[in-house]
Amino acid sequence: MGKAGFRGGVHPPTFKEATRDVDTTRAPLPERIVLPMSQHLGAPCIPTVAVGERVARGQVVGDIDAMVSAPIHSPVNGEVTAVGTCITPGGTRGASVEVAPDADQDFASFVPLADAEDPRDIVRAAGIVGLGGAAFPSHVKLRPPHDMPVGVVILNGCECEPFLTCDDRLMRERPQRVVAGARHIRDMVGAARIIIGIEDNKPEAIASISAEAGEDVEVLVLPTNYPQGAEKQLIWATLGKEVPHGKLPAATGALVHNVGTAAAIADAIELKKPLMERIVTVTGAVARPANYLALLGTPLATLVAQSGGLIGDVDRVIAGGPMTGAALADLSVPLVKGTSGVVGLERGVAAPAVNDDQACIRCGRCSRACPMSLEPFAIGIHANRGDWDGSERFMALDCIECGCCSFVCPTRRPLVQLIRRAKGALMQRGSRS
Amino acid sequence: MSEPVIDLSRPKITSSPHVAASENVTQIMLWVVAALAPAAIWAVWNLGIPAVIVFVACLTSCLGTEALWNYLAKRPQTLLDGSALVTGLLLAMTLPPRTPWWMAATGGILAIALAKMIFGGLGWNLFNPALVGRAMVTISWAGVLAIQKVPGGWFEGLSLPATGDLDAINGATRLALAAADRAASGGYAYDLQAQFQPLLVRNLSGCIGEVSGALLVLGGFVLIAKGIIDWRIPAGYIGTVAVLSGLFGVNGFLEEAAFNVLAGGVLLGAFFMATDYVTSPMTRTGRLIFAFGCGLINVVGRFFGPMPESTTFAILFMNGLVPLIDRSLRPRTFGWVSRDG
Repeated sequence: MGKAGFRGGVHPPTFKEATRDVDTTRAPLPERIVLPMSQHLGAPCIPTVAVGERVARGQVVGDIDAMVSAPIHSPVNGEVTAVGTCITPGGTRGASVEVAPDADQDFASFVPLADAEDPRDIVRAAGIVGLGGAAFPSHVKLRPPHDMPVGVVILNGCECEPFLTCDDRLMRERPQRVVAGARHIRDMVGAARIIIGIEDNKPEAIASISAEAGEDVEVLVLPTNYPQGAEKQLIWATLGKEVPHGKLPAATGALVHNVGTAAAIADAIELKKPLMERIVTVTGAVARPANYLALLGTPLATLVAQSGGLIGDVDRVIAGGPMTGAALADLSVPLVKGTSGVVGLERGVAAPAVNDDQACIRCGRCSRACPMSLEPFAIGIHANRGDWDGSERFMALDCIECGCCSFVCPTRRPLVQLIRRAKGALMQRGSRS
Repeated sequence: MSEPVIDLSRPKITSSPHVAASENVTQIMLWVVAALAPAAIWAVWNLGIPAVIVFVACLTSCLGTEALWNYLAKRPQTLLDGSALVTGLLLAMTLPPRTPWWMAATGGILAIALAKMIFGGLGWNLFNPALVGRAMVTISWAGVLAIQKVPGGWFEGLSLPATGDLDAINGATRLALAAADRAASGGYAYDLQAQFQPLLVRNLSGCIGEVSGALLVLGGFVLIAKGIIDWRIPAGYIGTVAVLSGLFGVNGFLEEAAFNVLAGGVLLGAFFMATDYVTSPMTRTGRLIFAFGCGLINVVGRFFGPMPESTTFAILFMNGLVPLIDRSLRPRTFGWVSRDG
């Protein structure tokens, strides 16, 4: 059996009180739906519809014949008004399809997915990607290499990012979908065990999932510690196994999926329902923090407006959680599959500016916080000089970019930012040689 | 429905993480100042104006040197990080209250210029600046440690010469007396146990920072409780001093252990000097090794060396070994497993 928790980590204030007990409600239908063709890691989709074409809820509007990709579906009945480009919450511009929804929508009906012999083909057809934020196409993870048999399916219900409560609400409101999804995943990969890991600050979720879990599903209560939900740290906490450097997590015999992804997989296989909507937490500096079931492609501004708009001295607005999410330049960007939250950060809550002038004072906080046992200060010093070899000697490539080092640094050095720079340079160099 | 316009006219685009722990360098330094304050104030209360003069000389010289250096080097001003303030306070507390102001100021200038700024400022220095300042003063004016305050209140001290005429006010610390006694007779001319109470509460022979051991421990505990310093360094240091003094001493184990922990700045060194982030190791194991080394050199210096006041050089020597300690004890990166994970 594994150890409780993992080495390192940080304890930011969670700010989850604002939304943890707010029931999920359906977000309003926006005037237009903008569907980026790249809502996942891997190959962007190519639009399969033309301007003026009628589309039905559940119809594919973008797809590509590539292994690592996932198709995009229209979440509404409506008419295609544009096939062009848009900016995603991640800040990148790419191809998109814009749909004007009909005024009347029946959210209960949709174009069902075609049945398939291999349920993993259904998962792909449903366009399911990791809903925890990474947005890696799920069907790819469901086909681990043959030499790495999966013995344990681990569901990530940690939701260790501050502010976010969408997974908490899902586990409390639809625990049977989560557990059913876990069983489908287990059966698809031929695993023997299912472990659902939940942080101990979500007692209601633990209770509801435990009530739904039969003999075959283990619920593991984990200490609240960021980044408990990081894949390698979760595998360590549940199984006591380290993912070897440079290997897939499957090398430990474990396969990790987010609870939201599991629920989507259950819906796809049992209801033949494609991924068209997700739960998103809109919180922080908004008038009415809430959890919404929102259509993919809904402008984030619509969600913020539904929550009464931004209030207070807003410093920045984040898509996702504040530890790993992206700051938004523009709230008109659409909700995509990996968007777990829209968080307004007030001045005072938001991190003060990073400071490149002050040298590291060698306090050691970053090393103690690093869940990968790295020495972020040392990588930072090398990266700052453009010494990529030095960064590599200090294991820059093992960084999971959780941000704990920057979070704790009392001199506000941009540590994870410098490490990202080093990683980018090293990977570019690696791919060239 | 119509889509409302949300005013995000001044969005701040930064990369994650977007939240941060509240602690910053200035706050950490101010906590150290706060932890030193009880011992410093109690010292001034008991030692009077001469101690005030030493504090003012050290603080002014440290802050002034850093400000001037930054100005001349056209670097951003760093006074607000609070580290020069801590150095000034600590330096003053390592000097005897009767130290002439110009001697103390020279120590402050050298501490900041030679031990810190020349290396690139806070974070880049190898040696503890305050200890370098004290070392320079005690080497340059060897008699300074023997300058003793004659107890008697605030203004009495003013009547004594502050000109550097050291012989006029010569005295000896308890450690110096103890070492001389041991060398002469293998025992002590005075009762060690009778020294415990003054060393803890009100000791007027020695440096400004040695007036009350109890208040130093109190301040140290505050820093440990706040998570600002690692308990391993004071615990390892003091523990080593206690055990080795007990073994090397000529009186009873506990008596020697307690006397040597309380006398001669070990408490100031263990809680406030050896714990300096910049000049101590970053790993937990490294800190224990460092603390043991400090204690070992300190005790060996006292019992077998020519200078009984060996705390300064014990810590400075171990400062020099910190890069080696850190390099030898790098953590094993998660996932780099030699055998099956």
